[in-house]
Amino acid sequence: MAVAVIGIVRARNLFVVVMLAGIYSLLAATIFVILDAVDVAFTEAAVGAGISTVLFLGTLALTTSEEKKPVHNAWISLAVVAVTGAVLIYGTLDMPRYGDPAAPANHHVVPEYLEGGPEKTGIPNVVTAVLASYRGYDTLGEVTVIFTAGIGVVLLLGRWRAHRRETEAAEEEA
Amino acid sequence: MVDFVGLYNYWIVVFLMMAGLYVVIEHGNLVKKMVGLTVFQAAVFVLYITLGKVRDGTAPIVAEGIEIYSNPLPHVLILTAIVVGVATLALGLALVVRIREAYGTIEEDEIGDQDGPAI
Repeated sequence: MAVAVIGIVRARNLFVVVMLAGIYSLLAATIFVILDAVDVAFTEAAVGAGISTVLFLGTLALTTSEEKKPVHNAWISLAVVAVTGAVLIYGTLDMPRYGDPAAPANHHVVPEYLEGGPEKTGIPNVVTAVLASYRGYDTLGEVTVIFTAGIGVVLLLGRWRAHRRETEAAEEEA
Repeated sequence: MVDFVGLYNYWIVVFLMMAGLYVVIEHGNLVKKMVGLTVFQAAVFVLYITLGKVRDGTAPIVAEGIEIYSNPLPHVLILTAIVVGVATLALGLALVVRIREAYGTIEEDEIGDQDGPAI
């Protein structure tokens, strides 16, 4: 994954960048399988590596696929990134260790979901039970977000087409 | 003595995040900026899923004879986040296409030049 990311940073041809981003997503999906998150891996492989790549390729087809060389100095942004990274690394020293069953994130409501979930909802997959039943309103909100984004895309790209048709017609008349 | 092996995953996540952030700050090309955001986002996903991992646990699908499950809550959150992320990505890329139509370029500097000096 780290190698793919370095490739993304270095590559100037946007087509290569998009393909590397797809590989990166697929590697992320593999890591999710190793970390027991099969549902997430599923979604990441289908949505992250699939739909995102298609969206990027569509954009490249409508725009250009070569990036120009940045003119300003890279050291400033590199310094900002290095400082932020160092602070984050310092922050991880207090994090619960990998796979720790006593981590705070693994308590509170989670044991209840695991024990009561299958009986209350009738779904053996706890992720589905939480997503569709315990946190059903979250999912409803998510659908609203997607709907809004869809409207946004249609408005942005649809109006431009109609506008261009009008200007072309005006030019033909003149 | 701090146990550093248990932090390895977090450090990879920090590296990936910072690589994404660097792309967003440094590169003027709008499509590349979007790729940088995607990289950053996926790094956050890995962070959350790492938090949900329990040693010797299995995927949180209840079955006979299994006692330890990984934490299902981060999985649910990230499922939602992936889908929302793609929705915002679509919106961002639509904006990029629209900018290209209006300015004829997707390089930030050239767009700035066309708009004249900042006030």
